Amino acid sequence: MAEHVTEPEDKQREAAPAGGVGIPDQGARFSRDGETEAEPRRPREAIFQLEKVVVSYGPKPAVRDVTFDVGRNEITALIGPSGCGKSTLIRCLNRMNDLIPGARVEGRVLYHGEDLYAPNVDAVEVRKRIGMVFQKPNPFPKSIYDNIAFGPRVLGRKQNLDETVERALTQAALWDEVKDRLKTNAFGMSGGQQQRLCIARCLAVNPDVILMDEPCSALDPISTGKIEDLMMELKREYSIVIVTHNMQQAARVSDKTAFFTVELASDDDHRTGRVVEFDDTEKIFTNPADSRTEAYVTGKVG
Amino acid sequence: MSAHGGAIGKAPASQRAKDTGFRLTMLACLGLSVGLLALLLYDVVKDGASHLTMDFLTSFGSISADKAGAEAAIWGTIWIMVVCAAFIVPVGVATAIYLEEYADHSRWWNRLIEVNIQNLASVPSIVYGILGLAFLVRGPLSLGPVVLAGGLCLGLLVLPVVIIASREAIRAVPPSIREGSLALGATQWQTIRRQVLPASIPGIATGVILALSRAIGETAPLIVIGAATVIAFNPEGLDSRFTALPIQIFDWISRASNDVNNYKPLAAAAILFLMILLLLMNSVAIWLRNRYEQKW
Ligand SMILES: Nc1ncnc2c1ncn2[C@@H]1O[C@H](COP(=O)(O)OP(=O)(O)OP(=O)(O)O)[C@@H](O)[C@H]1O
Ligand SMILES: [Mg+2]
Repeated sequence: MAEHVTEPEDKQREAAPAGGVGIPDQGARFSRDGETEAEPRRPREAIFQLEKVVVSYGPKPAVRDVTFDVGRNEITALIGPSGCGKSTLIRCLNRMNDLIPGARVEGRVLYHGEDLYAPNVDAVEVRKRIGMVFQKPNPFPKSIYDNIAFGPRVLGRKQNLDETVERALTQAALWDEVKDRLKTNAFGMSGGQQQRLCIARCLAVNPDVILMDEPCSALDPISTGKIEDLMMELKREYSIVIVTHNMQQAARVSDKTAFFTVELASDDDHRTGRVVEFDDTEKIFTNPADSRTEAYVTGKVG
Repeated sequence: MSAHGGAIGKAPASQRAKDTGFRLTMLACLGLSVGLLALLLYDVVKDGASHLTMDFLTSFGSISADKAGAEAAIWGTIWIMVVCAAFIVPVGVATAIYLEEYADHSRWWNRLIEVNIQNLASVPSIVYGILGLAFLVRGPLSLGPVVLAGGLCLGLLVLPVVIIASREAIRAVPPSIREGSLALGATQWQTIRRQVLPASIPGIATGVILALSRAIGETAPLIVIGAATVIAFNPEGLDSRFTALPIQIFDWISRASNDVNNYKPLAAAAILFLMILLLLMNSVAIWLRNRYEQKW
């Protein structure tokens, strides 16, 4: 990873330390292999700052009261019951909700201190820096090589494409499996391979942040394990936000966790999601402040 | 054995009779249509097959039936089909892209356009002939009854078919592909140009071929815009006068035949040629669809 080529626009990343930032490594359950606390701890640097974010698709909000920070080189997990607005929120972070007619975002979403929804911000520029991996693998109907090369090509980074493709596939732990069939159609891969291909595709454009919406929900435990290892590896260079329904996964990989819940309006059954608790993952899973969080993470309610 | 033991046997006789009757009726309907088609084909082949020779394909029209051929009509048809294709592909695909990818369907004018395109697909072809005559041949464009006017007129006629087929092909590309592309920082146009269009080309091509195979047999609009009937030259450009296969067939059929000059076999031969062309075009369309259609 040391030879990773950084784009001029994200120089700041070079300064980032490898390994988790600002998380005290207590409790065997949360200790991570190969991570030493020897490095001097830096102050936690926020990539995203969400302030009272409200997202609505219609007259009533789908999710509200979202206030938390996403730190550099951290994995932030969003957990909560179905329909509480996790996908809605994560799609706000790279302005994918712009594609849905009628979707509105209120409150403040700051990215490196800059308002993501300011009128002069171009959604395309945002998405170049903030990659996304979707719940269902969505490879393009092209060769494996062209899938990875698509991003660099549309961004006009056409030099050393072969190297870029190899590096992305290596980072996504897929290179050895596919290096002999780069020209074959990606639809011939297994679901787990397709998902890692989608991750590699995202890495090939060298983003700053990677958003993952239930990336493992369609995968078997072995593929899931591979992707989790991958995330642990990737957070040295990237910041990751992941939506997951898998509590163990959130506990295993994430540094911070936001727990969402869904509230039913008494008058018209409208469901609105909101963040109940945001804290260190360890705290959320061992000693949550809110009883609803505790009930959810211990499996007492669905 | 349960109480239902007897129920697995045969259905009651009355039900079986209905079932058989229904099948027979359907078979009869199928047989009727296939039989009529076969009869028609037989008639055409009987009259025309012996006339469908190289000489026939490479001679111009003539008053004398043994010397007459369809060369001018074949080249005229080729010319107007090329003009037609050159018009409907860009216009049809661009319209389909607009309607599928850009148009906000909650706006009334977009819905109006959509409904109108559906309606235009079922307007009688002669109406397009009148339109062509009023706007292309005479009127604002005043092109005269030339290749360009013929091709554009047929193009207008089949444009709705192309638009509808292209829209379906574009819509068949799953939204997840667009999202995947946009999430990488591609612009909407890059996404359309590099993901959506390549994936929908087989469907679009199929639609275009089917549209052309409808246009190639159209007679009424060409008659209305004043295509020539007997011509002794091939078109040399967009501004040449032309005739076309259906016109030539119509002309031969409507001429009075006698023992010396029997035009009917000529018409049959030309019909046969047109049908072979159509069959080829439709086969290509089916082949394209089976070979290249993307399974998602
Ligand atoms: N495109 C949309 N248009 C309208 N409403 C939507 C849309 N997408 C989501 N919603 C609504 O927003 C609310 C939150 O949905 P969202 O998909 O964000 O939930 P989620 O937490 O991701 O659930 P899950 O865990 O099942 O994926 C739901 O009530 C849903 O009906
Ligand atoms: Mg979701």
